[in-house]
Amino acid sequence: MIIEIVQLVGFGLIATFLILIIKEHKPVIALSLTLAAGAMMFLFILTPLQSAVELIRTLSGQAGIKSMYIETLLKIIGIAYLAEFGAHIARDAEQDSIASKIELAGKMVIIMLAIPIFQVLIETVLALLPGSA
Amino acid sequence: MHSQRRELERGIDVAYDVNTIFQIAGIGIIVAMIHTVLKQMDKEDWAHWVTLIGFVVVLYMVATIIDDLFQKIRSVFLFQ
Repeated sequence: MIIEIVQLVGFGLIATFLILIIKEHKPVIALSLTLAAGAMMFLFILTPLQSAVELIRTLSGQAGIKSMYIETLLKIIGIAYLAEFGAHIARDAEQDSIASKIELAGKMVIIMLAIPIFQVLIETVLALLPGSA
Repeated sequence: MHSQRRELERGIDVAYDVNTIFQIAGIGIIVAMIHTVLKQMDKEDWAHWVTLIGFVVVLYMVATIIDDLFQKIRSVFLFQ
């Protein structure tokens, strides 16, 4: 794990210096380099994260939690990561309005995903209330 | 055996990553150089074509990586 963090930080520093060098001559290629470096670092940390997610899934299966809830939660986390990634790329290219639209779209999709859980919650509360037909 | 497999995967990841970054940076520097040389030779239109082609090549590489990333995120979080 220690070696991996050293690799990750070194990778980021190398990418930063390369981007600084190229930005003077070709800003567009520098932006592509930013995108590639960001995606690769994300891929880097996603591999250990996969085992953690597998653990969460196994534990929730053993605890008897409905798979729908964990599935929705993981989907929401994934969408949040993706939207954050896209928004940061757009912000790096100094396109703040596109970035805020990406974030808005991410929030909308998350709300859409959360609706079924919310519905279950409201139905449960209504069933608990006395006198509700 | 499990740890061995993980070690192998990590090794592949590292090689792929740093090499690709250096490749993209190298393309950028070389294209900038060719651009400058062609500009000195009063061939502006050629210089623009070189820039465009270099950008397309870089974009192809970046798109491959992004596709990789999206597939991975999909397999980790959205399990499909």
